[in-house]
Amino acid sequence: MIEVDRVTDKPPVTPNLSTQVAERDVARPDVPREAVFALEGVQVCYGDVPAVAGVSFELYKNQITAFIGPSGCGKSTLIRCLNRMNDLIPSASIRGKVLYHGVDLYADGVDPVQVRKRIGMVFQKPNPFPKSIYDNVAFGPRVLGMKDDMDDIVERSLRKAALWDEVKDRLKTNAFGMSGGQQQRLCIARALAIEPDVILMDEPASALDPISTSAIEDLMLELVGQYSIVIVTHNMQQAARVSDRTAFFNVDLDGGRRVGRLVEYAETEKIFTNPDDERTKEYVTGKFG
Amino acid sequence: MATPSSSVSDVLGVARKRRGEQAIKGLLFLAALVSVLTTTGIVFSLLEETIGFFGEVGLGSFLTGREWSPLFADPEFGVLPLVTGTLLISAIALAVAIPIGLGAAVYLAEYATPRVRKAVKPVLELLAGVPTIVFGYFALLFFTPEVLKPLFGEPLAGFNALSAGVIMGFMVVPTIASISEDAMSAVPGSLREGAFGLGGTKLQVSTRVVFPAALSGIVAAIVLGASRAIGETMIVLIAAGQQPNLTADPRESVETMTTFIAATAKGDVPVGSIGYETIFAVGTLLFLLTLLMNAISIRFVRRFRQVYE
Repeated sequence: MIEVDRVTDKPPVTPNLSTQVAERDVARPDVPREAVFALEGVQVCYGDVPAVAGVSFELYKNQITAFIGPSGCGKSTLIRCLNRMNDLIPSASIRGKVLYHGVDLYADGVDPVQVRKRIGMVFQKPNPFPKSIYDNVAFGPRVLGMKDDMDDIVERSLRKAALWDEVKDRLKTNAFGMSGGQQQRLCIARALAIEPDVILMDEPASALDPISTSAIEDLMLELVGQYSIVIVTHNMQQAARVSDRTAFFNVDLDGGRRVGRLVEYAETEKIFTNPDDERTKEYVTGKFG
Repeated sequence: MATPSSSVSDVLGVARKRRGEQAIKGLLFLAALVSVLTTTGIVFSLLEETIGFFGEVGLGSFLTGREWSPLFADPEFGVLPLVTGTLLISAIALAVAIPIGLGAAVYLAEYATPRVRKAVKPVLELLAGVPTIVFGYFALLFFTPEVLKPLFGEPLAGFNALSAGVIMGFMVVPTIASISEDAMSAVPGSLREGAFGLGGTKLQVSTRVVFPAALSGIVAAIVLGASRAIGETMIVLIAAGQQPNLTADPRESVETMTTFIAATAKGDVPVGSIGYETIFAVGTLLFLLTLLMNAISIRFVRRFRQVYE
C-alpha cells in the first residue's frame, strides 16, 4: 500500500527527462513480454471522417503503455476502442482488428459488457456517481452480481487505490464532497472493484493539481505489478515518469483531411532520448504540440 | 498633453446614465411584480368570503364532517367527501401517469435514437395540448361503456371515479414524461460512460445511475403532474358524476373540490348567501392543499439536487 504522505515529498515536475527514465528502469526491470492487446490495421471513423488510421502494434502485460501526441491525433479515440467504449457513439465505426489475448473484441458475438468487465476505464474528468463513496465502489460488483462480501471488496479496492485511510470514516457520505484528486482515486478504486485485467486511463490527471497528479502516478506504478495499464496523456513528463513503452501519434494531412497516425512506438527511454523519427524528436523536445 | 493616468481617469470618471437600461429594468420588475400581485390578490379575494363562511360554520365540522349538502334546505358542510373524491381521482390518475410517463421518459432519454426522439417527443407534447373537455367526453362516452363496463359489469356506475381518473392519467402522462426526459437528458454523459465502463448494461445504467441522478427533476415532474390532477375540473365534471360521496370505491360516482366549485359557481346561488361562501371556503382549502404540495416538493428537490460541474 502506498503511504499517502510520500506523495508530497516528490517534486511534481522533473526537469531532466532522461535521468527520470533511467531511474525508473532500474527500479523495475523488464518483465517477460506477453501481449495483452494486438492491434492490426485499426482505423476509426466518425461518420465518414477517419479520426485515426493504420495503427498496428502490441501492448504488453504488466506494463504501462503511454499514448502521447498533439490534440486531434486520435489517441483518445484509440484507447476507447480497447474496451469498446466507442460503441456508445452512434457515428463511430472501426476497421481492422483489436485482439485482446488473441480474441478479436469486435468479432460477432463478443459482448461489450463482458469486454468492459475485463478492461476497466478511468476518464479524463473524475466522474463519480452522485452516491456515497461506498456505493460508488460497490456499483460495479453489484451490477455484475459478484458474490463476495461487499464490505471486503470496497475496503480492498479503496486500499489498492490508496484512498482507504482518507475515507474509511465517511464511506456513507456523498462522493461529491471529496477533492478532485480523491474523486479520481475513487474512480480508480471503482474500476479495480470489478477485478479487471487491464486499466485504461484517458488523461486521468489532466484535471488535477500537481500533488494529486503525483499521487495518481505513484498509484499507477504500484498497480502495474498486478494489472496492465494504458494511459493517454498530453503531459510528456508524465509519460516519461510512469510508462514502460510510449506510442507517439501525430496528425497527418491526408488529402486535406486531418488523420491521426502512429508515428513511433518503442521503449519510453528510447522515445525520449533517442527516437528514430524526426517528428517524435521535435515533439518530445517541445518544438511543437 | 495629458499624462497617462489623467487620461485614464477621464475615461473612467464619467458615469453616464443609461436611460434605456433603467427603463428595461423597470419593465422587468413590473413583470415579476404582476405574478406576485396576482397571487396576493387571489388570497385576498378568497379570504373575505371564506371568513364569512367560517362565521356560520365551525372549522372543525367543516374539516371532519362526513356529509356535504350545502345547497339543500337542511345543509351539511362536511368537506371530507370532496377531499376524498379529489384524492381518489388524483391517486388513480397518478397510478396511471407515473409508470407510463417515466417509462416513456426513460425510453426517450436512453433508448430512442435521436431520430425517433425528434419525432415522438412533439407528438407526446401534443397530447398535453388536447382540451380537457375532449378527454372528459372520451372518458364518459368511450372509456366507461366500451372498456370498463365489460370489465366490471353492473357495480360500475355510468359516472364513476375510475374512468375519470384513468383518462386524467393519460392527460398527465406528457407532463411527467416530458419534464422527466429533460431531467434525464441533462445528466452528464460522463456518468453514463463511467457506468458502462464498469460493465453495466443499458438497463442498469438507465435505472441505477441516470434515473437516481435525475431524481430531483423527476420528482418535480411528478409533483407538477399531481398538481394538474388535483386542479383538473372538466374531465371529472363530465365523467365522474357529481355525487359528494365519501368512498374509496373507484367504481362509484364522486365529486371533487374543483367540480363542486365549477358546478356551484355556474348555478344560481345568490351572492352573499352561505352557498356562495362555500365556493370560497372550498377554494381556500384547494389553494392550501396545492401550496402544501409545492412546499413539500421544493424541500424534496433541494434535498436531492445534484450540482454537476
